[in-house]
Amino acid sequence: MRTLVTLAIGLVLLTAMALVPVLGPRILVQDLFKVLCLLVLALNWNLLAGFAGLVSVGQQAFVGVGAYVMFATTILWGMDPLAGVLIGGVVAMALSVPVAFFAFRLNGAYFAIGTWAVADIARLSFGQWRALGGGTGTALPRDATREMLGVGAVRDLLGVSPAAAIDAVTYWLALALAAVMLLACWLFLRSRMGLGLQAVRDNPVAAQSVGVDPTRLKALVFLLTAFATGLCGALLFIQTGRITPDAAFSVIDWTAFVIFIVVIGGIGTLPGPIVGVLVFYALQQLLADYGTVYLIALGLIGIAIMLFARRGLWGGLIHRIGYDPLPLGHAAPRPPHPTQEERP
Amino acid sequence: MAILSLQGASKSFGALKVTDDVSFDLAPGEALGIIGPNGAGKSTLFNLITGNLRPDAGRVMLDERDITAETPMQRCASGIGRSFQIPQPFDHLTVYENLLVAARFGGGLSGAAAPAVCMDILQRTGLSALADRKAGGLPLLNRKRLELARALATRPRVILLDEIAGGLTDAECVDLVATIRAIHAEGTAIIWIEHVLHALTSVVTRLIALNFGRVLMSGTPEEVMASPQVQEIYLGIEA
Repeated sequence: MRTLVTLAIGLVLLTAMALVPVLGPRILVQDLFKVLCLLVLALNWNLLAGFAGLVSVGQQAFVGVGAYVMFATTILWGMDPLAGVLIGGVVAMALSVPVAFFAFRLNGAYFAIGTWAVADIARLSFGQWRALGGGTGTALPRDATREMLGVGAVRDLLGVSPAAAIDAVTYWLALALAAVMLLACWLFLRSRMGLGLQAVRDNPVAAQSVGVDPTRLKALVFLLTAFATGLCGALLFIQTGRITPDAAFSVIDWTAFVIFIVVIGGIGTLPGPIVGVLVFYALQQLLADYGTVYLIALGLIGIAIMLFARRGLWGGLIHRIGYDPLPLGHAAPRPPHPTQEERP
Repeated sequence: MAILSLQGASKSFGALKVTDDVSFDLAPGEALGIIGPNGAGKSTLFNLITGNLRPDAGRVMLDERDITAETPMQRCASGIGRSFQIPQPFDHLTVYENLLVAARFGGGLSGAAAPAVCMDILQRTGLSALADRKAGGLPLLNRKRLELARALATRPRVILLDEIAGGLTDAECVDLVATIRAIHAEGTAIIWIEHVLHALTSVVTRLIALNFGRVLMSGTPEEVMASPQVQEIYLGIEA
């Protein structure tokens, strides 16, 4: 019942958001595109750190690899950028296998530093790729994005400029990716493996003693989040149209902001990243004109939340009202006629 | 044929030999008690059986099969269940979910079969009313019950109980012993480490006394408890 209510509200919101490129101004489409991409990254990081206990500071590696692979398939091999997005995700996932092989030997803070180092190695390596502009980067050819799958149809349908049509297509893809990601997270966390993952998070030794293999579950999460993070990275840079190693592998943009979003929203809760990304967007709108002060303010807010509201905004709220619209738990089945003694 | 056996198992932490050439067989459906003073290596022995520790020498056999190299997960799936001396619940999961994890993974049950099995175990261990309560907030007795219930949910053929009666009142202890007796009556083999001797001897048919990692004596509870050596070392009574 509760799930149905949440699903209905979700569908209404999804429809409303899908209409933004049709009814809203282009600047809103561009802003919301960034918000949706950050949401996808935040959902992934939340799954990693909040549920699998893998506090990675190197997710920008997968954003950057996804983006660079999409550029390579488009510029060097003349493929459709959208095919490049998919390949970008797959290559990011492939890269996560050797990364996991080394990083999983490290624990806690060492794992965080290890993943950061990997991401920086990736940034420096892709800066050596001459065909994609080396350290100064390169731009997507205009024709490639204009002829991208769906752009022509959207132009005809909405009667807008090619640039606006590209924005609309990337926006809808980001919206779909965010919706699928949210649904996939929910289904995964409620599955057998998700239950095992939550047991591992609470007590790895006890989890092993009831048959749960912590390393296997963590590796699975690491691989799947690398795939989704790679997809999201590639999509982000279709819309941007330009790539440099520093932008694609930015620890601030693709990890620090993402951590901020998850922490203020509520780490280890599913709707936490949604709340977090909305707060982040609002703060960005309010403080964007103040330059460095903006980053200092974000940092202070992050610290304040960590000290005084450890569950984050969403986590604190559901703890207080006791109603979770996206419950991850499994209620015990009740007998048809509960005896007096068995009623809680 | 023994369901579980230890053959010359030894384990050292640095210079300290915690388990020293321990061998014993456990018959299917047998209830075996292990006693010994603190630091005698009782819990280490359990860790060797469950695979949380690897022995430096010797072998662990399950159904005559060498499982010394297997992980705790594999051993759990093969039928070895355990409760921890200090309860280790999954704090943020409910009591029911604690069992569900065990049933789905170690017990190998499907999503359709697991709920009924879990509810049945909760009923038997007196936890039904707390099924939807978070495990982190439970008091000691219920944590101990949960340890037992969760181990049962892995559907073990051998269950290892580590001081499960410690710290309970007499009345609570009587309840727990009744539950353990019922589990034993269904054919599950039990190895039980316990300081509460009257609880232990009311269930087990054989006792092993450990001291400094070695088997001091093995026999019926009466024989072992009557031994001057055991009384001197374990109970601190001058013979």
